[in-house]
Amino acid sequence: MSENLKMQVKDFYFYYAGSKEPALKNINMPVYEKQVTALIGPSGCGKTTLLRSFNRMHDLYHGNRYKGEILLDGENILTDKMDLIELRSKVGMVFQKPTPFPMNIFDNIAYGLRLRGIKNKSELQDRVEKALKQAALWDEVNDRLNEPASGLSGGQQQRLVIARALAVEPEVLLFDEPTSALDPISTAKIEELVVQLRETVTIVIVTHNMQQAARVSDYTAFMYLGELIEFDKTDIIFTSPKKELTEKYISGKFG
Amino acid sequence: MIYNPNVVKRRKIRGYIALLLSTFAAGLGLFWLGFILFDVLRHGMSAINLDLFLEDPAPPGVPGGGLRNAFVGQLLITFFATIIGVPIGLLAGTFIAEYARGTRFAKIVSILSDIMVSVPSIVVGTFIYAIMVMPVGHFNGWAGAAALAFIMIPVVLRTTEDMLSLVPWTLREAAFALGASYFKVIKDIVYRAAITGILTGVILSIARVAGETAPLLFTSFNNSFFTLNMNEPMSSLTVTIFVYAMGPYEDWHEKAWAAAFIITFFILIVTIFSRSIIYWKYKSKS
Repeated sequence: MSENLKMQVKDFYFYYAGSKEPALKNINMPVYEKQVTALIGPSGCGKTTLLRSFNRMHDLYHGNRYKGEILLDGENILTDKMDLIELRSKVGMVFQKPTPFPMNIFDNIAYGLRLRGIKNKSELQDRVEKALKQAALWDEVNDRLNEPASGLSGGQQQRLVIARALAVEPEVLLFDEPTSALDPISTAKIEELVVQLRETVTIVIVTHNMQQAARVSDYTAFMYLGELIEFDKTDIIFTSPKKELTEKYISGKFG
Repeated sequence: MIYNPNVVKRRKIRGYIALLLSTFAAGLGLFWLGFILFDVLRHGMSAINLDLFLEDPAPPGVPGGGLRNAFVGQLLITFFATIIGVPIGLLAGTFIAEYARGTRFAKIVSILSDIMVSVPSIVVGTFIYAIMVMPVGHFNGWAGAAALAFIMIPVVLRTTEDMLSLVPWTLREAAFALGASYFKVIKDIVYRAAITGILTGVILSIARVAGETAPLLFTSFNNSFFTLNMNEPMSSLTVTIFVYAMGPYEDWHEKAWAAAFIITFFILIVTIFSRSIIYWKYKSKS
């Protein structure tokens, strides 16, 4: 299995607004194409901070600073020249809490498409159907596409959000603890989805649930207090980690 | 087991007394509301007829005629006040809740808005008199609309600001993550999520200014004749009540009662309507 480099984090530091100490220190990490990379570590280790740097969500808040490089297909996304809207077309995000927009199901999925100027009705319908099928939600909602999205269950809403992100055909999809607010059955469905989606999108997933990381990911990065402690294939991290700290975390000695 | 039946008994009695007192207080409030409505209706009943809405006032002392000019004038002035006041309040509220969120500027605007709301309405009237009536040389409807708009703006602004702040930040982030610009996020997502609250605020602000008299006294003043021209002095229901109630004619007094009842009734309907919007929206959601 030849693995291409989709993203590369190089000597990356991150400072929150007004803070002298970096929240992320000296991160160097690859993200391989069409693989699932998991970021794990105890609360406060910086995994979500790192994830949100991949689509520059931090730019929404004044004063946050990046240092170093994050390359997407060889191009540094942290420059001022980078168009954020273009970046977010390539790198999508699914959040912890399902966030359906206050519209009906169809309009939710079509939102990203309409933003990009796609107006043709039949094209929209095709793309919405495709996205809902990819998110394993089509069978459940195809007869009520014009009902409010808020009427769906938590697990369905999260799959809706995933379909919404998939509709604009991103190359990378970021998941920020996507199942921590869901029941076990919905969690299993979403995990299954993540593994399936790997064939079309590169995935980076933050999870505080170690077993989930072991179940769904190909590569795992273990972080602690803002630093990357170890990065390797998931099998290796969980069976024979190289660093003592990693071994301690995996076996539940802390965190 | 530690259990003292006397203590329990005393507490129960106190509980009943509290229940009694609060029920009585609520009943007292409702009683006065009902009394006002009933009394105003009783006095004005005789004057409520179709002519009231279709005829213009008869010459002073001559019975008959109606208040068509006052109804139309009130509608026109309130309409234009809404057109001026609501967009300004809405956009200003959006600005401080979104673009300038958390900045010192937003706090200052917020405080100034609260001050604006507490300015006595007669002072608003004299202010608008100075800038819109004196330069023109005569009272006019536009000044009346401006005075009412002055009162509406801070109400709409604060409601908009409050309602927009209630929209969870994660919803905005989800839209940004899809590649939306801030303007689109506000227009498509935030406004939609807050629409019920904002609409209620707008409707309530309309109800509020519909009953104002003092701001119109020195601005649109009064007009015994029917006019659609906003550049002229314009009669309004509230000022008419004032003038007719102070007048010497029995006929005028009856008409004033009728007008008072209609205004009260209108505001009551509007308030109930705005509440039912919220109720209906929540019902359809679940």
